[in-house]
Amino acid sequence: MHTVDLRGVCCPTNFVKAKLALEMVDEGTVVELLLNDGEPVKNVPRSLKGEGHKLLGLKQAEEGHYVLTIEKVGE
Amino acid sequence: MLTDEQIERYSRHIMLKEVGGKGQKKLFDGKVMMIGAGGLGSPIALYLAAAGVGTIGIADADVVDLSNLQRQIAHHTRDIGTPKVESAKAKMTAMNPDVTVNTYETWVNAANVREIIAGYDFVIDGTDNFAAKFVINDACVLAGKPYSHGGILQFDGQTITVQPGESACYRCIFPTPPPKDAIPTCSRAGVIGVLPGVIGTIQATEAVKFLLGKGELLTGRLLTYNALRMKFREVPIRKNPRCPICGDNPTITDLVDELDAMNVCDIQNNK
Repeated sequence: MHTVDLRGVCCPTNFVKAKLALEMVDEGTVVELLLNDGEPVKNVPRSLKGEGHKLLGLKQAEEGHYVLTIEKVGE
Repeated sequence: MLTDEQIERYSRHIMLKEVGGKGQKKLFDGKVMMIGAGGLGSPIALYLAAAGVGTIGIADADVVDLSNLQRQIAHHTRDIGTPKVESAKAKMTAMNPDVTVNTYETWVNAANVREIIAGYDFVIDGTDNFAAKFVINDACVLAGKPYSHGGILQFDGQTITVQPGESACYRCIFPTPPPKDAIPTCSRAGVIGVLPGVIGTIQATEAVKFLLGKGELLTGRLLTYNALRMKFREVPIRKNPRCPICGDNPTITDLVDELDAMNVCDIQNNK
């Protein structure tokens, strides 16, 4: 699976980078985003949902960061 | 592919649903020709450069004068005596080194306007005289090139976007220039300094939207603005079937200068 590591990237640059990564893949592709706890995990999923993408899952990893699984919707 | 620095610089664009990385690329690939580097041209130049419009052409034969600085915000006190196109280019590239600025240190006229606008996607009229406004309209209509008209005087401004063949052009509204003595210029009539900021910024917005292919352009409606009463008004304008250039039986089929509409200083400069 395509994974984008956005740990250590501040808001809103993490969202901007996630959005650019999703632009690069075909519709229906599932992408995994690694996000820090706090602001990033609060904001990025919501913003990507606002863009029309489908949130498939959000799990906290043992190391403390979050793994957001998202399906690209739209061209 | 955007660099990390570009991602940061354009992040507030990329975040927008209507822009994104793809839209930002459209702006990079966009070519906008702006005629006039004065009051209207200043905000146009600065905002287009800031937005990352990749190629910006800028035409003006004038040099910066002390009396310009009350409204022509791309020019600074130390630029007095410098060609306006050079002064504007310096600010644009200092703000955003990503953009290419082509300068044309000339007045536009029937002999050169066609060549100046060729190769650009969108044209912006930020000039201060009717001769230029008519010849820019005619050149854009004949070349089928979309453009934004803007005009200001005292406390009033107006702007309309023209999609040749599809929407009304400047001559659909004003078939010929006003009588020679009925034309006051900014230098004779005065202009409130913030006015070109409002109108020029709207014109730059139209160029950006055109390049993005998003939203609705200001076509088929003349937007007028009065700063004293703080009122915007929209006047619907249909294509005029009797328009001398884009009507059913056009009488203007080639570019000509409207000599009567020229300012005395323009005529001297065109010699």
